[in-house]
Amino acid sequence: MAEPIAFTLRLRRYDPESGDAPFWAEHTIELEPHRSILDGILQAKARFDGSIAIRCSCQAAICGSCGVRINGRPGLACNTRLRDALRDAPDGVIEVEPMGNMPVIKDLVVDMDAVHWKKIRRVTPWLVAEEDGLPEREHLVDRDSMVDVTQAMACIQCGACVSDCLSMEADPLFVGPAAAAKAYRFVADPRDTQQLERLRDLAEDPHGIYDCTHCFTCIDACPKGVAPMNQIMRLRRRAADDHGIVDRNNGERHEAAFATLVRDRGLLHEAELLPRSYGGDSWLGKFHPAAGRVLLSSLPVVTKALLRGKVRPRVAVAGERLPREDRRHVQRIFDTVEGRPERLELNLYLSGVDEDGAGAADRPPEGSETR
Amino acid sequence: MKVAYWPGCVSRGFAPELHGAMARIAPLLDLELIELDRAACCGAGVLSEHNQELADTLNARTFALAQQTDGELMMNICSTCQGAQTECQERLDASAEYRALVNETLAGEGLVYETGLTNKNLLWLLVEEIGLETLRAKVRRPLTDLRVGPFYGCYIVRPVDRLGIDADRPRDTYLSRVIEALGGTVVEYAGMRKCCGFPIVTMNPETSLRQAGRHLGDAKDAHADCVVTPCPLCHLNLDLQQPMAERVVGREIGMPVLHLPQLVGLALGLSPKELGLQRHVVRPTAVVDWSTSVVAAVGA
Repeated sequence: MAEPIAFTLRLRRYDPESGDAPFWAEHTIELEPHRSILDGILQAKARFDGSIAIRCSCQAAICGSCGVRINGRPGLACNTRLRDALRDAPDGVIEVEPMGNMPVIKDLVVDMDAVHWKKIRRVTPWLVAEEDGLPEREHLVDRDSMVDVTQAMACIQCGACVSDCLSMEADPLFVGPAAAAKAYRFVADPRDTQQLERLRDLAEDPHGIYDCTHCFTCIDACPKGVAPMNQIMRLRRRAADDHGIVDRNNGERHEAAFATLVRDRGLLHEAELLPRSYGGDSWLGKFHPAAGRVLLSSLPVVTKALLRGKVRPRVAVAGERLPREDRRHVQRIFDTVEGRPERLELNLYLSGVDEDGAGAADRPPEGSETR
Repeated sequence: MKVAYWPGCVSRGFAPELHGAMARIAPLLDLELIELDRAACCGAGVLSEHNQELADTLNARTFALAQQTDGELMMNICSTCQGAQTECQERLDASAEYRALVNETLAGEGLVYETGLTNKNLLWLLVEEIGLETLRAKVRRPLTDLRVGPFYGCYIVRPVDRLGIDADRPRDTYLSRVIEALGGTVVEYAGMRKCCGFPIVTMNPETSLRQAGRHLGDAKDAHADCVVTPCPLCHLNLDLQQPMAERVVGREIGMPVLHLPQLVGLALGLSPKELGLQRHVVRPTAVVDWSTSVVAAVGA
């Protein structure tokens, strides 16, 4: 058994009702290094200051109560070991703060109702079944059809992803990673009868699935491997590609135009992508009134870029493209892949990595890399 | 060192000064660039959103083209390419069955992707292959008193596991270490690892530009003379769109944004003009003034 050793915790303390400003309090606790941050906080509370507030229950990363920020990164206090947190503490003191993007009730307790639960409720977080009255028997689904949603179902509603969502930081109305993952859980459930409605709702909402900047923060934040951003991308794929929902946020048009331009040219052509994202996926897109308005408003910037020689006129008009032979190969790849009867998706959360260990996730250490 | 060089789309489209600056600094760093001029767009996360196998196959083609060269590894100059390509490579490397299927599509062209390709952004290459000591020794005009704020771009710092960021390879601190090695002063600020907002600039311009404007404002409040980024897509939102971002956040910022090879080039003794600094939307006056004052000092 490891011996208890001393760890210093720096806790963010704040009581809005006191009228005092937030402050940092340091406490040195003694615990075995494999014990959790939560154990440390509870010891500090028991030994030094009973007024420290933290929400907790199961202490086993199941209940999702003890979401906090540890050394600036979101996570659960109960499944972060003291020794790991110490390694990430720049000055040898483990810093614990309340989660972000939500108001603080006291110390490490944030108002989950005001943000997280409100957004969860916004996506109709229950199965909408077909029958009006009581069904005659249970609704059976085959096992395979539910595998896809197990990743989203692993969510324990701790709010760690909401805490650090960068889109929500800039747009508090954004539906956010946790609620979007919850939405996917029902969109991909074969028993749900409102899939199209759910998708249309989230695609048309200016603060819906197209408000995600694809920054990966929620993927790193999640203690359960839910990868909410990946669920958002799945929602987009289903909305745009499976249901052909052309949303008013230009999400579908942007994706379609991107794919068409790469298919036609092999490379991206930014000067075409912008107007097509607004006006539609064809060369005529830029003459659409919606595209015209945007182009007009961005005219000063474009003019400046042209004057400075940043954007060369030839590139702005004709764009770059691959040699003809390579364009043919790229187009053949598009034809082959898009011609498959079913879209292929490899989710490593479900499939795992080959045991031979050749995978990128298991890359050999520096210096031994060979080709 | 010989590398298979993937410049990406934006460095040849709306940020040609990046491609130009890279070509200028390569010989000074003893880098021989074998340009992958037949490879296709990495998809920037948008193609994989559309169809994952499509993005994986296009990038497998790029990797296969890189493996046909005699470069020691593949190098890119775009955070977004790094992230998007690493994501595809992770899937390709995870399953032999999947890889075989993708290679079947590439077979028509006589190409095959085999695991084991190393693909590094210039930033990683500077630290891990060239080495900071070697870089320091090559500096002709140290960035003395130039206050530089790092801006990484999401795709090169997250997710940490996929990108191989850990205590042994703290790749999310490399920009600061490079700035230091070049003799500059690192200015850390709140937004340096946050999102520039570019991916949603056509979907929600307000949210997008607010992100760019806030981070630039943070850098200004921390008294940075300029910001440096290894990502040309970030550069589009931070520089090209900066006048619009200023409007959204309601303040004048005027923060010059340099591409990584431009900052390296300045320290290696190249002139701002050779590095295409005059092409930026936000005039890098502070940087140009600094460079002339240093040159004058050397001359005297």
